[in-house]
Amino acid sequence: MVEFALPKNSKIKKGKVWPKPDGAKTVKAFKVYRWDPDSGENPRLDTYHLDLDDCGPMVLDALIKIKDEVDATLTFRRSCREGVCGSCAMNIDGTNTLACTKYLSDMKGDVKVYPLPHQPVVKDLVPDLTQAYAQYTAIEPWLKAETPAPERERPQSPEERARLDGLWECILCFSCSTSCPSYWWNGDRYLGPAVLLQAYRWIVDSRDEAAGERLDELEDPFRLYRCHTIMNCTRTCPKNLNPGKAIAELKKLMLERRG
Amino acid sequence: MIQVNRVRNLPAAIRIDGGSKGPLGEGGFMSSDNRPLSPHLQVYRPQLTSVLSFLHRMTGVALTPGTLLLVYWLAAAAAGPEAFATAQALIGSIIGRVLLLGWSFALFYHLCNGIRHLFWDAGYGLELPDLYRSGWLMVFAACALTLGSWVLGYAMRSGAW
Repeated sequence: MVEFALPKNSKIKKGKVWPKPDGAKTVKAFKVYRWDPDSGENPRLDTYHLDLDDCGPMVLDALIKIKDEVDATLTFRRSCREGVCGSCAMNIDGTNTLACTKYLSDMKGDVKVYPLPHQPVVKDLVPDLTQAYAQYTAIEPWLKAETPAPERERPQSPEERARLDGLWECILCFSCSTSCPSYWWNGDRYLGPAVLLQAYRWIVDSRDEAAGERLDELEDPFRLYRCHTIMNCTRTCPKNLNPGKAIAELKKLMLERRG
Repeated sequence: MIQVNRVRNLPAAIRIDGGSKGPLGEGGFMSSDNRPLSPHLQVYRPQLTSVLSFLHRMTGVALTPGTLLLVYWLAAAAAGPEAFATAQALIGSIIGRVLLLGWSFALFYHLCNGIRHLFWDAGYGLELPDLYRSGWLMVFAACALTLGSWVLGYAMRSGAW
């Protein structure tokens, strides 16, 4: 449902301002969303200051430096630090991206860091993505084939394999889904761009034999058709993929099979 | 049918809140009941993509009262010279003209962006550079058509056409 304002318990209060580092020449301010489930208080925006001459180039480097040297209570997910795991997806400077591949030098002024939008917050920058994962499970993201397995692998021509390019690279960081206003308002029933791109990935896989059933599951006013081609998904994807196009292709497939 | 309703319908094994009645539930530290919603519209930087889409919806909404106005004008014309004179005076007033300007822009915007949507539905123009190009082109076309029809309208009124 469309609700523009944040619920009462989610309104963001002013937070703590941490001191500037001594003797630093290039100081950058980081405004970071904080919420502590134990405090019983509303979320707040804390301000940290870092010396950029003594910090790695990425937003993730800055967050790790804050956690190591300034405020150990800051909580966020991270793992690979090179854009392949999708753990550190968050809202940085107003758009969703991976903290590990976002250059600090790309941003003028203060760096604003929030969790992925319109999700329940577990703590600080950690969103609860249970819903998104459940939706991913719902599209049954595995190869389905009735024909008996051949002795070796199921062969695929180079052309058939090429159809998966731009799809298999998705790391399921959910930057796209949580950038989508349709997903904000109808995320309980609309599957969202990340999951729909995955659905398309299996439907166009030449080895998969369940395309018909997969399309049946998407034939629904909400699951697929809440996409209004806003294209925030494609705009924000940190892997430069095109979920919006994948959804458009799904809609075309729906039309084609209707004949 | 697959159910993907929030948390409730998931098997217990992947529920991470431990349920609301568990030892740690109901306000306990693993409780998910009081989790805040992360900010969305409040923090998301407006994108050309989303702003144009939002305007498409808004112009669509604006077309409804605009169409009612058009119906009123036509009905007044059918009702007789007096009613039509009243309608003309209302719509011809400053406020009436401002509304008419808004309505004509809404019409052209919705029309041009609607054509953009048709291309998308056919699978064209969905790459990011194309989205930006067609977006700005559409805004330009909507403004030019609005301006053009008003210039034409005023020219016809003054008898210059």
